[in-house]
Amino acid sequence: MARYLRQLMRAHVVSRRFDPLILLWVALAAVLGFLVVNPLLRLILTSLEAPDTGTFTIANYLAAYGRPRYVQALWNSLWLGASVTVLCLFFALPIAWAVSRTDMPGKGAVRLMVLGAFITPPYLGAIGWILLAGPNAGWLNRLWMALTGAPEGVLDIYSFPGLTFIIAIYSFPYLFIFTASALDVVSSEMEDAANILGAGTLRTVLKVTLPMVLPAILGGAIVTFLETIALFGSPALIAIPARFNVVTTQLQQFFSPPVRSEVAAAYAVPLLLVTVAMFALQRRLIARKGFVALTGKGGERRLIALGPWRFVLLGYALFVLSLSVLLPYASLSQAALARAWGQGWSFANLTLGNFYYLLFEHETAGRSVVNSFLYAGAAACLAIGLSLSIAYIVNRRLLPFAGMLSFLCMAPFVVPGIVLAIAFYAAYAPPPLALYGTALILILAFTTRFLPIGYANASAAIRGINPEMEEAVRILGGGRLLAVRRVMAPLMKRSLVGAWLLVFIPATRELSTAMFLYGPRTRTMSVMLLDLSEEGNFERLAALGFLLLAATIVIVGVGFRLVGGDFMLRRGRS
Amino acid sequence: MTKLALVDLGRSFGQTAAVQSVSLALAPGEFVSLLGPSGCGKTTTLRMIAGFIKPTAGRIEMNGALLSDPHRVVPPEKRGMSMIFQSYAIWPNMTVRENVAFGLKLRRMPGEDMQRRLNLILDVVRLGALADRYPAELSGGQQQRVALARAIVIEPEVLLLDEPLSNLDANLREEMRAEIRRLHDEFRITTVYVTHDQSEAMVTSDRIVVMSQGRIEQVDDPVSLYNRPRTRFVAGFIGRTNFLDGHIDGGMAVFPGIAAPAGMVPGLKLAPRPVSFSVRPNTVALHRTQPAADGIWCFPGRIVERAFLGEHWDYGVQPDGSDLRLRVATSPQDVHGLGDAVWIGIDPARIVEIPPAESA
Repeated sequence: MARYLRQLMRAHVVSRRFDPLILLWVALAAVLGFLVVNPLLRLILTSLEAPDTGTFTIANYLAAYGRPRYVQALWNSLWLGASVTVLCLFFALPIAWAVSRTDMPGKGAVRLMVLGAFITPPYLGAIGWILLAGPNAGWLNRLWMALTGAPEGVLDIYSFPGLTFIIAIYSFPYLFIFTASALDVVSSEMEDAANILGAGTLRTVLKVTLPMVLPAILGGAIVTFLETIALFGSPALIAIPARFNVVTTQLQQFFSPPVRSEVAAAYAVPLLLVTVAMFALQRRLIARKGFVALTGKGGERRLIALGPWRFVLLGYALFVLSLSVLLPYASLSQAALARAWGQGWSFANLTLGNFYYLLFEHETAGRSVVNSFLYAGAAACLAIGLSLSIAYIVNRRLLPFAGMLSFLCMAPFVVPGIVLAIAFYAAYAPPPLALYGTALILILAFTTRFLPIGYANASAAIRGINPEMEEAVRILGGGRLLAVRRVMAPLMKRSLVGAWLLVFIPATRELSTAMFLYGPRTRTMSVMLLDLSEEGNFERLAALGFLLLAATIVIVGVGFRLVGGDFMLRRGRS
Repeated sequence: MTKLALVDLGRSFGQTAAVQSVSLALAPGEFVSLLGPSGCGKTTTLRMIAGFIKPTAGRIEMNGALLSDPHRVVPPEKRGMSMIFQSYAIWPNMTVRENVAFGLKLRRMPGEDMQRRLNLILDVVRLGALADRYPAELSGGQQQRVALARAIVIEPEVLLLDEPLSNLDANLREEMRAEIRRLHDEFRITTVYVTHDQSEAMVTSDRIVVMSQGRIEQVDDPVSLYNRPRTRFVAGFIGRTNFLDGHIDGGMAVFPGIAAPAGMVPGLKLAPRPVSFSVRPNTVALHRTQPAADGIWCFPGRIVERAFLGEHWDYGVQPDGSDLRLRVATSPQDVHGLGDAVWIGIDPARIVEIPPAESA
């Protein structure tokens, strides 16, 4: 850092007089240092220090990986990640192919429901599925017993397969997005060429189309795997009652009193390393576009006529999407509006009391709703403001070494939320800052967590505008600030609203980061949901989830209106 | 008097020199083109004139005052120039009128004067009826004219154009290049025009600067540039040509398989040495019988290739006893069959000596 700074100063002293932009560079570098560099550094240092003396030790690693059940949790996570990924392939590939390449009807509805699955917080879906497939009391189990007269249900969501399933139905949209966007640019002529040589539809798909998009699929699979092992909410809801641990739930236990944050740090470091390594692998796969990049324009695109099979595919898509969207939404809304969810839909059982209780009677639930949106809004503004300044400097090459700033902006992408939370805890919970439990630490952690999304989008927005637009202002006599104000700002307005929403939406439901940083007065909705689930009051739980979901749908709807198109399902963010 | 002067101007990016020792002086009201293949440094030169790029050597002066040198660069907005970009850079969030008025507003021109100027220029570029449209509602040619109006209306010290026609289709391109010259004749703004298209440069320019690999090859008016190219690159880049490479020996110009009296080429030094000539295809004549005329180089040969291009015939001929192959352009009436024996007549007064291949 100091070296860069010196070179930077030198480069400028030689060429011109002192440039005030250097101050901006220093300021931005300092902010990124605070948000990104320092927490990760503290995480690693903490993991190597004895908690009371601060001397170097590897005892924390021995404590973290010394017991078989801690190692078992790590193994469970990897196994869970692998099974979820495989299941997601079965869900995502046929639907992506059908939507992108065939004449399957109802594509709009299918895309919309995939978006629905994408924006549903996985822990909320998990709660929906507890209502559907909880042993005996779950709706599907009761239906089974009613139909067959069996004494007990067949489904048990509190199990490893149950956890795999409820994670997969909310993770497959990643793979869908990767695969569909790759398929969208495969020229039909590639398939025509196979057809003219005598290959049928199935053979063409397997031998030509799929291999071409294989790197994209692998990339999506890696993202799915990593998202799964970093997930905290669903495992907390399912795995703990089912009496097994994964890495994230184990980390939480290190954090429950007596807090052993140095062991947690040591336990988290390998998770960080696995993630970094796999993202590096993914980048290489995606970058090797050799056989994906295709023919530029993509040539003529023609849909494959499936005949009656198109209804089979539609049926499959609707089946998968009813598992992830329709059924859980139905069970959640029923519970949210019921006095007792087990009594089913009846007029006598209907009530708005759950909402009333949450918003006006419960001590902290109402505040948690406000907190969530407040923190998410603040984090989105910070992330976009920061990304925009840096992306502008990088794209206009205003300063040397701006590339380092852009690297730091993207770096949190490879840090699992839960690891980031521990890093922030390690860096800013102790004095002098003692930020633990404040709104500030949550906002800053959310900002860091979603900075890469903000940066990727802000950078794309700037790159989308020809620099000549700005140069035209300057040659006519306007300064750089005028160019930004009169031309860049109006032209980027829409894409910036989109970028803001893309940070805001995930920030409203962020759980794993909030989990280790919240205090009594700074609970967010996601934390509140998990607290309520421990009380076992599913009606109120569902009502809170309902509020979160309704708000998300309204916001996404506003985004559609303002920004247009499927701004959430676009690739390139990942 | 000099309006704009480039003195020994250079720019390198890391180890690569994009522009090297470019010197050029423009008289007030002059229209000069920078012409060359892509990567020859012409756009870098233009952007240095505009102030977007800082030179690493030399300097730029306007009206005798320093604009750029490696230590000091007057920013683009302080140069009083205007520029037309390859993408036009019409601001899509402003109407045609707002786009054109932008520069005038920055100059705080009073409202009435401004309206008068605006209406005048919009009529000149025939956009009066479209003044309140947004750029997205205009065709490519109309957008181009908005860019022209926006650049000209402020009466800039110097007007810069960066391949302004490269995004238009062929017909429109011909129309617009005539339009650009018409506007120049009307307003007499000192202009620097960057293009890789020689006919654009020839139609519009008073003088053309041919550039290659970051250096100036030749600066001349279009006619001299075509008729008297000074380098092999210019001869090959401006129009088509044949290169005859040989040497002078005993008063004869000797080429592979053929020879001709060197003394017939006006002004040619007859000392023995390697020599190269540029021979334009339209300066070579084909005859069925040996021509009687004196003062031309004449070789028997045969037709080895031919193509009819409508406005002329394009022949490839090979002198007997030589593996040279010459391109010849003749009138459409001048018909020869493939393999026909012909007499090739070259007018020595119209061939141009260029530096020999080795040193080029």
